[in-house]
Amino acid sequence: MNELALEVGGLAKRFRLHTQGGVEIEVFRDLDLAVRAGECVALHGPSGCGKSTLLRALYANYAVDAGSIRVRHAKGWADMARAEPRAILDVRRRTMGYVSQFLRVIPRVPALEIVAEPLRQRGIAAEEAHSRAGAMLARLNVPERLWGLAPATFSGGEQQRVNIARGFIAEMPILLLDEPTAALDAANRAVVADLILERKRAGTAIVGIFHDAEIRAQVCDRLFEIAPFKVAA
Amino acid sequence: MSAVDQPLLRVESLTRYFGARAACRDVSFDLWPGEVMGVVGESGSGKTTLLNCLSARLRPDAGRVLYQTRHEGVVDIYDLREAERRLLMRTDWGLVHQNPRDGLRMGVSAGANIGERLMAVGARHYGEIRDAASAWLGRVEIDLSRIDDRPRAFSGGMQQRLQIARNLVTAPRIVFMDEPTGGLDVSVQARLLDLLRELVRELHLSVVIVTHDLAVVRLLAHRLLVMRQGEVVEAGLTDQVLDDPQHPYTQLLVSSVLQA
Repeated sequence: MNELALEVGGLAKRFRLHTQGGVEIEVFRDLDLAVRAGECVALHGPSGCGKSTLLRALYANYAVDAGSIRVRHAKGWADMARAEPRAILDVRRRTMGYVSQFLRVIPRVPALEIVAEPLRQRGIAAEEAHSRAGAMLARLNVPERLWGLAPATFSGGEQQRVNIARGFIAEMPILLLDEPTAALDAANRAVVADLILERKRAGTAIVGIFHDAEIRAQVCDRLFEIAPFKVAA
Repeated sequence: MSAVDQPLLRVESLTRYFGARAACRDVSFDLWPGEVMGVVGESGSGKTTLLNCLSARLRPDAGRVLYQTRHEGVVDIYDLREAERRLLMRTDWGLVHQNPRDGLRMGVSAGANIGERLMAVGARHYGEIRDAASAWLGRVEIDLSRIDDRPRAFSGGMQQRLQIARNLVTAPRIVFMDEPTGGLDVSVQARLLDLLRELVRELHLSVVIVTHDLAVVRLLAHRLLVMRQGEVVEAGLTDQVLDDPQHPYTQLLVSSVLQA
């Protein structure tokens, strides 16, 4: 069996909405999850059960109230639940990629640059980063005439493919995918499935949300059920 | 321990009163090489007072600002003699004001504005100074034909880019910025932000940027301090603070932003 890449223990998350009368929403508690290199785990459960919240917590985009998120990183382990900002950013730069559902576009920055950025952040020279970014965009059928444009005006599917290209280009050991094929046609869904299978063979541990049953069957090794949380009386 | 393993700036319990009111109380943080820290909060929250204390312009009533110098170990900037502090400000540190007029000399040419800072650290060769000034004008996207024009004749966005060039020409390690995109049109802001992102990464700059604009820190800052009534109420990774704010004030701040 491959080695562990990600180990979550005793994770708890609740939102406290101070601007809305202090309402508390408990999302999960005592959540444990272990993912090995080369394994793809699909988060499962009804809408609103906390799949995206868990994914965001793994990336430290959301804070957690208890528990640990241990990530194999730089010959050791980092805990995304507790690490300093610069340590979290280092994990994101070198170990953990995240493909969100929607691309957060940066004004004026062209698609090619957005895709190349994870490579540039690791110190790869502009020329090589751009050529790899171009190859990735081409593979995802983003027409070359769009590469030099900022994606603000792209269609939803084009934006998602830019996002996927950015997520996959850095070949991270851990990938988090939030519905990576939601806005894509069949041909592009197949490209994404190929990319995922390729990363798995290379040893990437993947946690994702896949509403598309066909993709899920094709790429996932198991489901991880997020049980609907019962608020204690 | 090598210098890389140490913070460039260590701020300990910084406090500054104006009369009986603490404009900034008990603020502590470390700033690491290459790290961009945003300070957000509404007007009067103490963020400008904090910036002034950090950038050696306002002596705090309590607390320390420790700087890891290039060659002489760690110094408390308020223990330095005035001349040493001024030298630091002209070499290792930069300061970008909201209003470019406060950071530029409006009566001399664009080239001289950049060259002046080099001359202050000992550059004397006219040709080299002019070459450096030309190179920096290019990097901040100002046409070379404008090198002999005075900043008065520049647009607000150009003036701001010139101010940035003037600061960066001496290859500082820390740049303090006070609302650098404040008075600019939105389209001009985007261009400036893009330029700053690029420069910060290329030059591996450490930056403390004060702003009330959450979109600016989302694009530029690695981490945030949220200030209210002189105190830091929340601190952390930028996207975590903005997407999952914990403190009631931060939640209010984030939820009050109008979506365009």
